[in-house]
Amino acid sequence: MPDLSTEPMIHARGLRKSFGSGDTAFEAVKGIDLDVRRGEAFGFLGPNGAGKSSTMRMIAAVSPVTGGELRILGRDPASEGPAIRARLGVCPQEDTLDSELNVRDNLVIYARYFGIGRADARARADELLELVNLTEKAKAKVDDLSGGMKRRLTIARSLVNRPELLLLDEPTTGLDPQARHVLWDQLFRLKQSGVTLVITTHYMDEAEQLCDRLVVMDKGLVAALGSPSELIREHSSREVAELRFSLADVADDSSANPHQTHAEAVADLADRVEVLPDRLLVYSADGDAVLEQVHERGLRPVATLVRRSTLEDVFLRLTGRTLVD
Amino acid sequence: MAVLVPTPPDGALSLPTAIRRMAPYWLTVSLRTWRGSVVSAFLSPVFYVLAMGVLLGGFIDGGPAQLEGAPDYLAFIVPGLVAGHAMQTAVGDTSWPVFSNFKWNRVYDSMIATPITVRQVAAAHLFFVWVRVTVICAIFDLVVAPFGVFATWWSPFAALGAQSLTGLVFATLMYGYACRISSDAAFGVVFRVGVFPLFLFSGAFFPIANLGAVGERVAQVTPLWHGVNLSRMASLDTVDVSTAVVNLVVLLALAGLGSWWAVSGLERRLSS
Repeated sequence: MPDLSTEPMIHARGLRKSFGSGDTAFEAVKGIDLDVRRGEAFGFLGPNGAGKSSTMRMIAAVSPVTGGELRILGRDPASEGPAIRARLGVCPQEDTLDSELNVRDNLVIYARYFGIGRADARARADELLELVNLTEKAKAKVDDLSGGMKRRLTIARSLVNRPELLLLDEPTTGLDPQARHVLWDQLFRLKQSGVTLVITTHYMDEAEQLCDRLVVMDKGLVAALGSPSELIREHSSREVAELRFSLADVADDSSANPHQTHAEAVADLADRVEVLPDRLLVYSADGDAVLEQVHERGLRPVATLVRRSTLEDVFLRLTGRTLVD
Repeated sequence: MAVLVPTPPDGALSLPTAIRRMAPYWLTVSLRTWRGSVVSAFLSPVFYVLAMGVLLGGFIDGGPAQLEGAPDYLAFIVPGLVAGHAMQTAVGDTSWPVFSNFKWNRVYDSMIATPITVRQVAAAHLFFVWVRVTVICAIFDLVVAPFGVFATWWSPFAALGAQSLTGLVFATLMYGYACRISSDAAFGVVFRVGVFPLFLFSGAFFPIANLGAVGERVAQVTPLWHGVNLSRMASLDTVDVSTAVVNLVVLLALAGLGSWWAVSGLERRLSS
């Protein structure tokens, strides 16, 4: 009998997903390897179109695998989909709450899909409403809830069957900062209670806050895998000096990006320099020292900032692009 | 050593179990609008009988010879009307409501995130549409029964069977169509060039012999005519066994084909 404590919750090797055929064929996931361990919070970080949601749908056992190997909870999603889904919680990117049912009925009816009896389903619904602070809204219409409340209700619904593995696709997209923090807190508590979390996000702060380990995805491939701090250590410097130059700084050609022009002047000060349309990122172990040198060389940025490297910098390094366009 | 209770290898639910798990949803949804449904279920036949059977029928002098064996126009039109009504209700319930369930409110997406499969979702929805159509036809038959439109005691039961089957055929066909269109504007086309002409020209309002030799042949290959004819023969106790067998076989075959069309349509839509 396999040892359940060490067996990965998700095991993927060379996992691929294509849509369509012939000339219109599109490969969304191009062969990824990963193992998600029991009890961890695992993230997929990448921009829109990176293949995160396609991967999530395969893991949720609702989208057939095109190629490669995938096992979820030690089972094959192609032949054991219902058994897998019975132990999963799914919080989709767009809320699929039923606006024709009230808040509590959304949970009760959903619980019935899992074979939970009526009395148990009602008790479970009340318990979950309490957990996500929606008890007062039990009789409200779904349409009358705020975006953050709908998200919390969707998360409550995904917990109705006490899942071992919770899949959250872009859980905080479209929420205001306060609602995001409430949600992060609740997800953190879930993780503490032993639920394995798999999260897709294109917010690097969310990935850093929530994930023990993550993969950076780009164009259907895994660009890097590790903990947030490992990834930053491996793919970026400790600090970043951000320099913003005035457009008027370029005398001869007003259409040129001044940051491009100045990049060469500071290249020797840093491990690496990235040119963005609105600023120059200078990667170095000591950001303040970089700033000092910049000023010594007679360069006059209109704004400067020294900060620690983030996953955003890792992403930029790995793909040459920013996460949120 | 602990005794392990093995679950079936794939954990799959049987269809009846899956339908039972989805029943609270479909019951809740239909109970929410039950007042409107019941009122319209009772009022529609009353309006039809009054307008078509009594008021329009008052101008029609035909007897059993012209009216396929019906003693008067009311008795002729009722079985056809109910079969037509079954079609209308079925296509109404499986057009926008189905489209919405995977496109707008995404109810299906939430159902298939559970042990329930796509096939079971389609089968359960069709099953509950079928139940609703059958209940509405039964109410219709009950309301018109006192007007002497049924020839024998078993007529309403046999007619209801034909009407219910007609509803199932159209529910499956429209369901499969709803799964394969990219925009809901496509419903307008099928209602205008399909449902509406079928309702008018499939023998519900007049004997199809009036359409001329070619028109009659055309009418006889439409699915609704088989339902109308079976419903009428049962109501009037004018069953011609060979025709009834043909009607029944055509309807059953279409229901089978339609079920495949509906289920495969939803699988195409959701299992990508």
